[in-house]
This record gives sequence, structure tokens and C-alpha cells, in this order.
Amino acid sequence: MGDFDLSVIWNNLPFLWQGLQLSLWLTLLAVIGGIILGTGLALMRLSGILPLALAAAGYVNLIRSVPLILVIFWFYFLVPLALGRPIGGFYSALIAFVMFEAAYYSEIIRAGIQSVRKGQVHAGQATGLSYWQIQRYVVLPQAFRNMIPILVTQGIILFQDTSLVFVVSLRDFMTASSIVARTEGRLAEMYIFAALVYFTICFAGSLFVRRLQKARTA
Amino acid sequence: MNYNWNWGVLFEEEYLGWLMSGVGWTFAVALAAWVLALAIGVLIGVGRTLPSRPVATLCTAYVELFRNVPLLVQLFLWYFVMPEIVPDDLGRWMKRDMPNPEYVTAVTGLGLYTASRVAEQVRAGINAVGPGLTSAAYANGFSTAQTYRYVLLPISFRLIVPPMTSEFLTIFKNSSLALTIGLLELTAQSQQIAEYTFQGFEAFTAATVIYVVIALGATVIAQILEKYTRIPGFVGKG
Repeated sequence: MGDFDLSVIWNNLPFLWQGLQLSLWLTLLAVIGGIILGTGLALMRLSGILPLALAAAGYVNLIRSVPLILVIFWFYFLVPLALGRPIGGFYSALIAFVMFEAAYYSEIIRAGIQSVRKGQVHAGQATGLSYWQIQRYVVLPQAFRNMIPILVTQGIILFQDTSLVFVVSLRDFMTASSIVARTEGRLAEMYIFAALVYFTICFAGSLFVRRLQKARTA
Repeated sequence: MNYNWNWGVLFEEEYLGWLMSGVGWTFAVALAAWVLALAIGVLIGVGRTLPSRPVATLCTAYVELFRNVPLLVQLFLWYFVMPEIVPDDLGRWMKRDMPNPEYVTAVTGLGLYTASRVAEQVRAGINAVGPGLTSAAYANGFSTAQTYRYVLLPISFRLIVPPMTSEFLTIFKNSSLALTIGLLELTAQSQQIAEYTFQGFEAFTAATVIYVVIALGATVIAQILEKYTRIPGFVGKG
């Protein structure tokens, strides 16, 4: 102890930066995909059409009762099998994250849609808007405005979750840190550095969320 | 899609044994970590609401620290880094003589991480009781300790039963991260069966079904618990 070697971080910075870029890309794409699919699931659950609502509820509850690692294993196994050819770790992971996070996003979005007062929908109907027009121009814009802080919070959680691609050796920031830690034999430095980087990004994110919430209540 | 179905593989003695042992470890990690998380989480959560500034700040720091670092990184810190940065003798003991190091590390890491989440629920519960009852307690001459013991904690513990249920389910799911430090819990065993037998579909289905059953079981227990702990007249205000 006491001989902390910071040069190991400096020397491997480009490699680590590549890993971090993969983590951030994966987060960004999974957030977008998760919100789109999650909105679909939420609309299905609130559609009032029983088979659609049941299917969406079943999917959401199934995904929410299994661990993310198991979902990642599932899609690493299923995606190449279903397509008949390998498509690379990144896309398998991306599909797994979108499918997994959509279940969590759909619960947030469902609550957001329900927070829009019923009178808004009635007003839309009275003006002669169709179902899709009401969703597109009345309900969803208001719902998403209400949800922004919690959607960002979920994004921060997702960013932390991307570290789990470690289990399939996809080279995100976590895996990159771990590779450097092992090859250089510098476990303490690398894992503490990884913790600091994750903490800085996530803490900054949560401060940003707090500002958003303050701006909304003010 | 070419796939040779063989559900029988799950019932071969060897692989069935792996699955059962995985279930055992999943329960062992999740339940022990839950006890740790409850104990520390309640202390930290109460600490955040105390009038003492230093205590509240310290507890807030704990929550922020543990919530903003991925659980995987935390597990690696406990497993790989902790023995390096503690005094030499202790580090040597942790590396060589500590019984069941993967299990102890997984429980510690998962427990302390979940404690930060439990603390947030406890704090929210105490805040939900509202300032009126606290003022009433002080007006009756209660000390801070008495206010917590007789007013705030009994009410808030009952208020937070529903969100704590979902934390309890989360700890089962998060226990799967123990596989990254070599603990063969349920997810790890199903992955291992998939690798040995090439029957990935069957192996992952088995694990999925078991997790769903655990979730259903916990939900049923939670509903019974919620029924008994509900405070008449308080529901709907929170």
C-alpha cells in the first residue's frame, strides 16, 4: 500500500476513453429505444383493449421480475439464433437493454400519462381530434414534461446498468478498466478510478435532475 | 432457426442439482444482504432526518456515494481492492483465511448498496408522517429519541411497507451480480448449464421461471403484510 501508481491510468487513457464512449453510446441509444418502446407499452396498457393491455402488462411484469444479467444472457443467446448469424456484441447488448429498460420506462410513462387530467382528453375529443391526435398533441407532450426529471434519473440508472455488459466481455468502460487492471496488475488504482468516473458522471446527473425539479416547482 | 429442443436436460441429476444449488445461493445472498441493508438503511435513513446537521450530512453523503457508483464496481472494490488497502495483516487474512470470501463479499457489497436505497425509503416515510405529529410530540415534552421511538418510526415503518417490497424484490435480482466475483448463484448456474449442454433456451427458461416464482411469492407475502400493516385513515394521503 502507499504506492499508488497513477501513471497506469494516464498511459491507458485512450483505451479507457474508448470504453467510456461505448458506455455513453449504449446508454444514449438504449434510453431512446427504451422510451419509444416504453411509450408503446404504456399506450397499450392504457388503451382499454383487453388483449393489448394484458400482453403489455405480462411483458412488463415478466421483465421486471428477472435480473438484467439474465436478460443480457438471453439476448446474447437468442439474437444470433433468431437472425441465423452473429451481429456482434454491441447490438445484442443494445437490444437487451432496450427490451429491459422499456419495461421500466413504460411504468414511468404510464404514470406520466395518468397524471394528465382527464378533462384534457375530453376537451380533445370535443374538438374532434382522433385518438392519435389527442395522444400526439395533447396527452404525450404534457405527460413528458411532467416526467422529464424521472426519465433522466432512469437514464442515470441505465448508465450504471451498462457496466453489466462486463458479463459478456463487451468493451465498455467497466470492461476496459478491468482489462487494464488485470494486464497491468493494478487492481486498486483502476477500480477506484472507475468508481470515481462513474460517481462524477452520475452525481452530476443527479444534481442536474434536482435543478430540473426546482425549476419546475418554482 | 435450428435448435434441438431437449427439456429433459433440466431434469438430469447433475444439472438439476446445479439449478437447486444456484437457487440456494441466490436466497442465501439476498436474505443475508437484506438483513444488513435493513439494519444500516434504517440507521442512515433516520440519520438524514435528524436535527443534527453533521449527522444528517454524513448520512446524505453515504446515500449519494453508494447510489452513484454501479453495484458491479462496488463489488469489485470490496473483492479486489479492499484487501489491498486495509492494514497488511487484515488484508492477508481476507485473501487467504476468510471463510467463503465470495459469499461474504457479495453480502457485504449488496447489503451496503441496498442500505442506501432502504435509507431513502425510510427518510421518505418519516417525511410523510408530516410536521404536525412531530410538533405535537415535542409540545407534549417528548425528547427527540422519544418522538422517533413512539411517533415517527411506528407510523413511517408501516407507511413504507409497499416500497420496501419492491426493494426486497430488487435485492433478489441484484444478487445475480455476485456471479461476477465467482459465486455460482442461479443466473450463473443457468449460464453454466447453457455452456455445458448447448441447451441455452431450456437453461435460461428455467432460471427465468424460478425468478418469476420468487417474485410472485414475495408479492403475495407483501400483500398479506400490507393488509396487516395498513394504517386506517392514513391511506391515500401519501
